[in-house]
Amino acid sequence: MAELTINDIIKEENLVYKKTKVMTDNVMHYCPGCGHGTTHRLVAEVIEELGIQDKTIGVTPVGCSVLMYNYLDIDMQEAAHGRAPAIATAIKRVMPDKFVFTYQGDGDLAAIGTAETIHSCNRGENITIIFVNNGIYGMTGGQMAPTTLSGMKAVTCPRGRDVNTMGYPLHITELIAQLPNVRFVTRQSVHTPANVRKAKAAIRRAFENQKDGKGGLSFVEIVSNCNSNWKMTAVDANKWMEENTFKEYPLGDIKIDWEIQEGKISLRNRKLDY
Amino acid sequence: MEKELKLMKGNEAIAEAAIRYGADAYFGYPITPQSEVIEYFMEQNPIERTGMVVLQAESEVAAINMVYGAAACGMAAMTSSSSPGFSLKQEGLSYIAGAELPCLVLNVVRGGPGLGTIQPSQSDYFQSTKGGGHGDYRLIVLAPASVQEMYDFVQIGFDLAFKYRNPVLILSDGIIGQMMEKVEIGPQRVRRTMDEVIKQCPWATTGKTANRERNIITSLDLVASRQEEFNRKLVKKYDTIREKEVRCECINCDDADYVFVAYGTSSRLCMKSMDLLRKEGYKVGLVRPITLFPYPSKIIAGLAERVKGFLTIEMSTGQMVEDVMLAVNGKRPVKHYGRVGGVVPTPEEIVDAMKNFMKGE
Amino acid sequence: MAKIRGAVKVDTEKCKGCSVCLGACPMGVLDLAKEVNGKGYNYCYMKDPEKCIGCASCAIVCPDGVISVYKVKVD
Repeated sequence: MAELTINDIIKEENLVYKKTKVMTDNVMHYCPGCGHGTTHRLVAEVIEELGIQDKTIGVTPVGCSVLMYNYLDIDMQEAAHGRAPAIATAIKRVMPDKFVFTYQGDGDLAAIGTAETIHSCNRGENITIIFVNNGIYGMTGGQMAPTTLSGMKAVTCPRGRDVNTMGYPLHITELIAQLPNVRFVTRQSVHTPANVRKAKAAIRRAFENQKDGKGGLSFVEIVSNCNSNWKMTAVDANKWMEENTFKEYPLGDIKIDWEIQEGKISLRNRKLDY
Repeated sequence: MEKELKLMKGNEAIAEAAIRYGADAYFGYPITPQSEVIEYFMEQNPIERTGMVVLQAESEVAAINMVYGAAACGMAAMTSSSSPGFSLKQEGLSYIAGAELPCLVLNVVRGGPGLGTIQPSQSDYFQSTKGGGHGDYRLIVLAPASVQEMYDFVQIGFDLAFKYRNPVLILSDGIIGQMMEKVEIGPQRVRRTMDEVIKQCPWATTGKTANRERNIITSLDLVASRQEEFNRKLVKKYDTIREKEVRCECINCDDADYVFVAYGTSSRLCMKSMDLLRKEGYKVGLVRPITLFPYPSKIIAGLAERVKGFLTIEMSTGQMVEDVMLAVNGKRPVKHYGRVGGVVPTPEEIVDAMKNFMKGE
Repeated sequence: MAKIRGAVKVDTEKCKGCSVCLGACPMGVLDLAKEVNGKGYNYCYMKDPEKCIGCASCAIVCPDGVISVYKVKVD
């Protein structure tokens, strides 16, 4: 048999993977290697696979992902900074048969929107929250976030985050996992193929939790990178994330179907030598 | 059919009116003197009566953003608060105006600044009529002077909100909210079906079906020229509202030498003062703006051609008086008299204020 | 024995040259081109196409969704 050429392989019938139709063709504004793009695509793929494009309403935050509505071919609302969970609450309450999700960064969800996050979780709104945690304010130029690692430098903590005056990295995910009406809490990443697969399964579960009638809120944290503001290449940023961020924010399921997974939440004592 | 009459507080009347209008959602947060609004809703359990959603939010900020979320789905959504809480809602109102969403907001005004007092006041006029939050926008502002108007303005307010895709504010005060009066109740309207909502609001985020493009509700546009164009479009809308939606009551103005200008509670006080003055032979009239935006500037400008002066009565240190001055444009003297901090002027002191004004003091 | 042959198609104009796919490829197929696209990025391409097994690892980590993957069985 004659040797196959690339053109012999690249044929419609041999296609095994391409960008989902739930994504638009707009070029994303994210920096090269940013995890937002991958996370957007996973949300879109889940929407396609569940066949819920006509039943999904997304709420975008303020921050880098403010323009997410340009990239997903679904109805979306753009929220004021931190208010996405309040908006999603209302959407779900007035249209309970719809799939409603928010997509928020760490500044949006864990700083300015803390009240909206905690209370939508506490009410157990039957929505999905996608929380992208890269430990920094990206859009505004690399300021310290509530999730910034201790000692980590940012433009508003140029000598590194001092936990004694600036607080410890906020584990909002573990906090909300302890609320009884919260059903599913997980922490994933999207920087390797294996992690992408796990993250997608988690997002899928978080959406499926809106259709079995059992209610409860589902919360998916994606630990991600910000290579521009970390001042690294994308590849180096992912490596740095594995070596540093994952130690502070270990990956894995924290709560499944209202059950906190063993050993996933422990009291964190203040250490002076932190 | 016999009229249905009820003795109600203003705060209760507005909640009953919303249920009967067929409103879809109310999101609130307790604050004196308007907490009866959410209490009445919760007591009535409208999800059972009409399917209307009622939710106590974690803050006024969350409540107004919930209104944003529901309004963006084409729903008739409302919230209510009092002055300090209304300040917190300015962020959400700016976004709602920027995203051109219809909604109804009630402010039962109390004295400020700061925590101020829980007593009635009219000191939120500037905040209500000049925008309130950031950016160039306007609310349509209705000023009820009775419990009946609290009831009636819900329908007028929602209708205007949907007609112009613009937030509508009912600017009340602690007296109108708290006092009880006889109210004529309208019939229960059936809430719109989802199909009717989609037909009325094709722009709403109701789920992207195959037969249309996706709907995006946002107030963001990073392209300066487009953002300017959008601002100009808003100005056009506000000009149309100024042209078509002015509501105003003129009482005894035909033969008046001097007129009061007052809205809401102050206009009721002026009614009494006007009677007292007329009994003494003074030809005094009253202009009662019902819409504060759009302001009845043309009506006041018309009167300025022949009356001798305008005295505004407000429970503030003088806010609406600036709009009267703009309308009168220097042709006649315009003065303000008011009590503040929760103090309500008596009709007698308003009579004295008018007499002093007429003497040129 | 059946052999798997794969190939990827890169939307080179949308590729930002972030290199995340390079490390994700188990076979070392991909590299960045010396040429740049319209935005000035060195885009990703198959340096060693013979080795591609069509596993789609590159595509699923691609933040910009610019990679399509094709696969055939060769007898």
